[in-house]
Formats: sequence, C-alpha cells, structure tokens
Amino acid sequence: MTDRETLEQARRAGEQMHHFPGGLHLRHNKRISCELPIALAPLPAQLSVPLLQYSGDEAKPIVSSGQSVLKGEEIAASSHPHATPLHAPTSGTIVAIEPRPASHPSGLDGLSIVIETDGADRWKDLQPLAGWRQAEPSLLRKKIRDAGIVGLGGAMFPTSAKVDSGSVRDVHTLILNGAECEPFISCDEMLMREQPAAVVLGAQVLQRAVGASRTVIAIEDRMGAVSDALQRALNAAGASDIDLVKVTTIYPEGGEKQLVQILTGLEVPSGGTPLDLGLLCQNVATAAAAAQAVVEGKPLIERIVTVTGNGVLRPRNLLALIGTPIELLINECGGYTPTATRLVLGGPMMGYALRSDANPVTAAANCVLVLTEAELQAPQPEMPCIRCGECGRVCPAMLLPQELNRFVRNGLWSEAADYGLKDCIECGCCDFVCPSQIPLVDWFRYGKAELRLRARERREAECARQRFEAREARLEQENTERKRRREEKKRALGNDQEKQRRIADAVERARRKHDS
Amino acid sequence: MLAAILTITLLGALFGLGLGWATRYFRVETDPVVEQINAILPQTQCGQCNYPGCRPYAEAIAAGEAPINQCPPGGETGIRALADLLGEEAVPLNPENGRQQIKTVAVIDESVCIGCTLCIQACPVDAILGAAKQMHTVIDSECTGCDLCVSPCPVDCIDMIVPESGPAEWAWPRPDARRPLHVAGVRADLRRNPR
Amino acid sequence: MNRHFDIGAAPHLPPPATVRGVMLQVLYALAPGTIAYAWYFGPGVLIQIALAGLFATLLEAMMLRLRNKPIGLFLGDGSALVTAVLFALCIPPLAPWWIALVGMLFAIVFAKHLYGGLGHNLFNPAMAAYVVVLISFPQAMTAWLPPASLSVHDLSLVDSLVTIATGHPPGSLGWDAITQATPLDTIRTAVASGQTVTEARQAAIFGDFGGLGWEWIANWYALGGIWLLWRRVISWHVPLTMIGTVVALGLAAYLIDPGSNPVPLQHVFSGALILGAFFIATDPVSGCTSTRGKLVFGAGVGVITLAIRRWGGYPDGVAFAVLLMNMAAPLIDRFTRPRIYGQ
Repeated sequence: MTDRETLEQARRAGEQMHHFPGGLHLRHNKRISCELPIALAPLPAQLSVPLLQYSGDEAKPIVSSGQSVLKGEEIAASSHPHATPLHAPTSGTIVAIEPRPASHPSGLDGLSIVIETDGADRWKDLQPLAGWRQAEPSLLRKKIRDAGIVGLGGAMFPTSAKVDSGSVRDVHTLILNGAECEPFISCDEMLMREQPAAVVLGAQVLQRAVGASRTVIAIEDRMGAVSDALQRALNAAGASDIDLVKVTTIYPEGGEKQLVQILTGLEVPSGGTPLDLGLLCQNVATAAAAAQAVVEGKPLIERIVTVTGNGVLRPRNLLALIGTPIELLINECGGYTPTATRLVLGGPMMGYALRSDANPVTAAANCVLVLTEAELQAPQPEMPCIRCGECGRVCPAMLLPQELNRFVRNGLWSEAADYGLKDCIECGCCDFVCPSQIPLVDWFRYGKAELRLRARERREAECARQRFEAREARLEQENTERKRRREEKKRALGNDQEKQRRIADAVERARRKHDS
Repeated sequence: MLAAILTITLLGALFGLGLGWATRYFRVETDPVVEQINAILPQTQCGQCNYPGCRPYAEAIAAGEAPINQCPPGGETGIRALADLLGEEAVPLNPENGRQQIKTVAVIDESVCIGCTLCIQACPVDAILGAAKQMHTVIDSECTGCDLCVSPCPVDCIDMIVPESGPAEWAWPRPDARRPLHVAGVRADLRRNPR
Repeated sequence: MNRHFDIGAAPHLPPPATVRGVMLQVLYALAPGTIAYAWYFGPGVLIQIALAGLFATLLEAMMLRLRNKPIGLFLGDGSALVTAVLFALCIPPLAPWWIALVGMLFAIVFAKHLYGGLGHNLFNPAMAAYVVVLISFPQAMTAWLPPASLSVHDLSLVDSLVTIATGHPPGSLGWDAITQATPLDTIRTAVASGQTVTEARQAAIFGDFGGLGWEWIANWYALGGIWLLWRRVISWHVPLTMIGTVVALGLAAYLIDPGSNPVPLQHVFSGALILGAFFIATDPVSGCTSTRGKLVFGAGVGVITLAIRRWGGYPDGVAFAVLLMNMAAPLIDRFTRPRIYGQ
C-alpha cells in the first residue's frame, strides 16, 4: 500500500513541477481551429446514438421504434457496473433500433437508436439538485450517474464509476486535466477560454461529490488566454481551494499517469490508478458536464468537437449533439478541401481513421481531423527493426517497444506480459519516431487484446474444468448410490426361503385384490 | 596417478552428495505433472483426443500412453505449450483427431426440440438446461463448443454456430493479418458430420 | 451524400525519420574523415570505398533476390553502403581489389543475410569482414602507407589504381619502398625490443598525440560523430564510455609504468578508436539498446581494445573488441532492462 510519505507528496500536487520519462515535442497545429468561436452545430434530420459503452457492452434500449421522446429522456440503460444510461439528444421520434455506423475503431456497424428529430428541441422536465453546495455528496454522485456523464477526454470512462470509487478511497485532491496534449485538438482549450465559469463550477461539483479538499486545474503553458480567463473565473467564484497550474507542453503530458507525475513527481503504480495516491483525474469538459448534470439537471447529450485539419475549409470548434453525423459538422465548417484524403476521429497520434463521414459524434469524439496528402506524406513501407532504441527513449511508460514488438509478433505472450505490455498507454510516441515505420501501437493494441483474450480463455477453461469434474463426481455418486440401493434390496430379500415366502405373499395379495 | 584417481573419485563423491542434499533441501513443490498438463488443455471436454475428457487425456499423456498432438481445440499453441512442459519436440496436430476450428457454441432450435434429454446427458459440462418433455436450451456462456450434443439429438435440432461478432466482441486484429478471422463460409464448414 | 475515405494506421503524421535517412546521415558524417584520409594518405582509400561499395551493392542485390525480398526497397536503405565505407576505411588504402571483394562477400552474405538481413545480424558486418581478411591475408593487410608528407614516392590516382588492380606497386617500386609500419606497430615493436615509449615516439611518423596524419583524421571522424550526436542519430553513451574507459585505464597504466605505456591520448588518437567509438560501436543492430546496456557496451569495447593493444597479438583491437561485445550484447541487454513505469 502507499506509505505516508508518498501520500504527503501526493497532497502537494501542483506545488512543484516534475518531469516524466520520454515524450515528444510535437507541432501543435491548434491555432487554425481556435480563430473562430465555438458555434452550435445544426440540428440534423436524424440522429444515431450508438449503444456501445466503455465496458465493451451494449446498453439495452428502453424505448421502442415509433415512440416519441423528449430531449434528455433516458433511452437506454445497462446493468453493467461500468455502464451509464444514454439519453435522447433532442426531441423526436424513434424510427429504428438497428446497426448503424458507430464511430468504432473496428469500422463495424453497432446497434444504435435512430431518432428523427422534430425540430422543437423540447426538454423533458429537468430536475436540478437545488442547494447542491450543502447536499449530501452521495446525491451529487447519483445525479452524475443518472445523467450518464462519461469522460469526454476520449476514453468515455464512466465518471460516476470513477467518482464512486474515489469517494470510498479517501481522495484528497481532484485534478482537472486541461492539458490537451495531442496536436490539432482544441475543444478543451476553447471551452476553458469561452466558459471558464462552467469549468470552475465543475471543479466545485466534482470536488464535493468525491470529497476532495482541493482541486488542481492543469493547463498547458502555451495556453495564455485560457490562463487569464480561468484566473478571472476563479477570482469571481472566490474559490480559494482551486489552484491553476501550467505544465510544460510535451506530448503526452495530458495522459493521466503522466500528468500525475508532472504534478507530484510520483508514478502511479503499475496496474493501479491515481486513486492509489489519493488523486482523482477528470477532464475539464467532463467536469463542466458534471456541473450541468447537478446544477441544471441536464444529462450528457452534447459535446464540443474540434473540426480541423487542412482538409476542411474553415476549421473551428462546434457544440454538437451526440449522434450528429460527422458529414454535417464538416459542412458547417465549409466542407472538404479538394486535397482531403483521410478522416480521423481523435487526434493524429491516438485517433483512428474512419471510412465514412456517416459516422456519428460520440461522447469520445473530441476531434474530427481531416488530413491532406501533404500532411500525411506517402505511406512509407515497413522495414525491419534496426534496434535503434529511439522508441524506448521516447516511451513515457519506460517500456522497450522494440522488444515488445518482437514478443508480440512471435506470440511470446508470457515474455510480453513480463516486459510490461499491459503498461503501454498507446500514446503513439514510439510509433511516430520509428525509422523503420513499424506500426508499433497497432501491434501493442493487438497484443493487449490477445493477452486479455487469453486470460479470459483461461478463466473459461477453468470454469469448464470445474463443471466437468463436478459432473463426473455427480455421476460417480449417482452410480454408487444406485449400486448401494440394489445391494440393500438384495440383502433385504435375504435367503431363498424368505424370498419364496415374500413371493407367495405378493401372489396372495394380488389374488385377494383381484377377487374383491 | 593413484592420487589423481583418488582425488577425482573423492571430488565426484563429494559433489554427488552435495547435489543429493541440495535436491532434498531446495526442493520446489510443484503441481503434479497431470495438473500442469490439464491446465494447458482447453477443457473443451470434446473427446476428440479419444479420451473421455481433458483430464483423462492429461493422465494418459503423463503416463506416456498418448502423444501430445491429439487435441484439436488446443491447436498448435497447445501442442507447443505441452512440448515445452514435457521437454518434447513439438509435432503437428494429428489430423485423425480433427483440425483446429473457430470456437463455436451450440444452439437448440427450440421449435423443433422434443425434450428427450439426450443432449443433456451428452453434455460434458452441464451447459444444457431442461427436463424430460420440456424444451431444452444451451447456456451459451458455459458451452465449450465440443459438439458432443449434436449427434445424440434424434430430431437434429442442435446447430453449432460462430457467436455473433459486432463491435462489442471486436478486438484489435494482427496488423499483418491479410483477412479477418471470421470468413464467410466458415459457418457451413463447421457443421460437422456426426462421428 | 456520404464521403468515403481510405483508412490508415495512427499516428496520422509524416514520419520524422526513416532507415534510409539514418544511414545517409551516417554516410555524411563519415565524409570529413574520409576526405582527410585521402588528403594525408593519397587517393587509395577513395578507390577502396568505390570498390567495396560496388561489391556490397551487387552482393546485397543478389542476396535480396535469393531471399525474395523487395530489392529496390532494401538497396535504397543504404545499410550496405555504410558497411562498405566502414570496411574500406579500415583496410590499407592500397590493398589489392580482391580484399574488398572477400570482405564484402563475408560482410553482406555471411554476417548480414545469413543471419536474417537488416536488423537481424548479431555481429557488425564491417568488423566481421575486417577481422576475416585481417586473419586470412595478414600480408596484404599490413601494407600501410606513410603520410604523404613523409613518403618518398608520391602515388597518383593512376598509380593507386594500378596497385590495387594488380596487387603490386607500379613500375619498379617494391612494397617495402612505399609502405611503413603504423604508429601502433612501431610502439609495439619498440616496447617488445626493450625501448621506452618515449624513445619510440621520436620516429617521424608520430604527431602530437597519435600518428602523424592519423590524429587529424581521427579529429575529423570525431567531428562527424559529434554531428551525429547533435542529429540524435547516435546517443552519447557508447562513445563517451568507450573513450572514457580508454583514457582512464590508459592513464592508470601510464602512471604505473610510463616506460612501456603511451600517454592515454595517444591511445585515443591512434588506430580505429575514434572511428570505432562514433561509427562502429554505435551500430544499433549489433549493440545494446538499453541506456545502461550502452554504457556497459562502450566500457567493454574500451577495456578489450586496450587489453589487445597491450597484450594481444594485433596492434589494434577495436574490431575484435566490438565483435566480442556484440556477442555479449543480448546478455547485457537482458541484465540492464529498465524498470517499468510504476513497478
């Protein structure tokens, strides 16, 4: 367990800046999407809300086709502890519950609830938590859970699950992550710039919900305007227990573990979470959404999406309803440029390419990036690893990617696990610097999936073995039981005389019955 | 000459004693080899190895009665693991025992089932639920895909199917894989003839 | 109407480095040293580079074809050229043409492709080839020239060509007339015959630290190496520990017995030490990858080089030292695995 000295150090989060190993200086490319203010994306004729959750399960629809729904009405729920309810992003009619493009890295269609919008955008009855500043923290947590708040930083991890486990784990400091480290993405930056009060309110809500005594808002040192705006909002709110901290811009400083290390100098234990250090990390946009859930009673139905890249005419940030087709966002930004060649959901380092702009906005969709051939360069052929070790030098998890690559390719799973494959955060640093153009992160994603699959297969095999053995034991027992009864009967019958007498008795009984 | 012979003999004896002592005092308690073999076997309990379940096959391997290449569901990976454990050469799967296939689960066509309980008796892992003259159903999470229930069914109402694969079941594929694992046509291929 | 796109793997950014780029930078970095070499010792070295490069390219193409690999892609990576240039810089400038052929045959066919090609070779191909020709053809491999300023017979480009092509100096010149013992050889023989190093260093072939000419070539190599460091093609660990170990141990030996040990800087500026420290021991494929491993690797090469120079059968030991440490590299990497984050 974490010793007292470590906890003391964790408590001083943000007082002093530290470094994390590895990392890259990347070109930010953020300014192009920050020139225009955040705009409202148009209401599409049809919205398609994918049911797939962070946990990998699909939420169960609780509405049926033909039913009309109000904005914010619950449309799907799940019993999984790491799942959250989904809500109708606008008012309208459910027209289908069927597989649709789901903005999933697999490119597969996922079960989605399709809503035909009525244009009225009528809210359901909202039930804000009045007096939340005095309310029980558990009430706040329930509001956050019912509103379906998930991490808007891109992982979609249910906020309620994090906050719930944080509340029982004695969290002393809440860290709001505004260090948006991937190039091109600027949705958090624009949120903090335009709605700093919402972020500060979110900090206060989450801090109360989790029972932390202070909050650190971490932003990048190049976000000058954000810093001023947030400072003004903090002063206005009189929040003395919230500190604003600027961190050096080195990709991936916005990764949870990396940010914790920058702020505290401590490493999150392998396989653990910042909760082990008494810290809880949340994205700034998630905090703002949590504040909306508690203070206004609004569920998570929209998010800010950065639409950017040289492949769109007028890059900017849009506030879009979840389920809005990406095509619509692109049109709102002036459409594609003639050289647009790749559509990426997320940033250039960790995002994945989409086959079509029919995919919808999800809670994880922080950025729609349209790249041109000039930005991508012709795909380089993959070469063998020359063991230059550059990948290990930039790895923020201090792994040896070139060794892991060899293990995963050759199916040496125990070695891969031993060399920390599970500790890979898939930041893409190694992949980016590899002179041999080896798709390292793709290999590691495959390897991690394979390790999970293998663990599951082992668990299932163990269950099957137990059931098989239980069945064998049962059959064995039934057999001996049967044998024993037969023996008993035989013994009860005893010698021949006894047997004859019993037979005669039985014959007599039968005859009497027959006669009467 | 004599001194040399004596010295070597003495040294040999001393080291021998030392080694004997070491094996006794530094013994590492390990699972009996049958348990270790059984842990590698996939526990499908399909009987394709010609033994009535995985444990009996494990016992036969441990006793040196059976070769290690008779388990189709374990595949090459399983054979390699067994070879590593037993210090043997990895050999290809014996085609007489069948070939490795995508994992399937049994599904009972409930409109056809007559409730004869024959499949329940055939299931090695108690994954079929039902009673006499009642409709039966497969608990798909417990099914090992051994297909032992298929041939006893008198009305041929059990199918082995590849489980659905949508985004929820999807996992990152091998980057150099030329085609996805689930190929069209596999389903038909999986309906094996009753043995 | 929905628009469709081709997909591709992350990161969706142009790659900052390629294998070809890395190899080309190594070649650029070797240029100043090579020019200096030609300046001090005549144009022979350039002919050797051309020869070795030609043979390496042909053999590489042949092996790629045999192994059914894309020839254009792998020839373009430049790794065979780097091997060829390093080899050519290590052999005597007037060595007969077949030395380059035998060397490249061994480097490309045996040391590289039979081990699995680019990225899979256990040994540095250039050094493996150099050691093979050094052991097999000692006579041809010891025919070193004196620096141009000391030589009696200046050999022109044509003379050099003739010598390399025929295996014999042009005209009536004998080998003895144009060759001379190297500085390391001179010291070795002198110490063996009971002279002190200081006495041996009175010979004209010595400069301020190392051999006349050689020390300046080493400087130019070092300059190229520092450029590679600045370009982050190589890391500082191997060169620093290698040279550092040689200086530290050389200094200790010199202080103990200045008579039979040269000043440490002489060690640094003679033989292939600087070339080895920046260009050969830093070969990523056959060296260590972990940071601590690189430190051990560099120190190991330094120690073995000094040991061979002092007690071994050959005047210089960089090639042997590199090959010996190549063998140990996987083991060193295994024992110097970095701690995993958070563990």
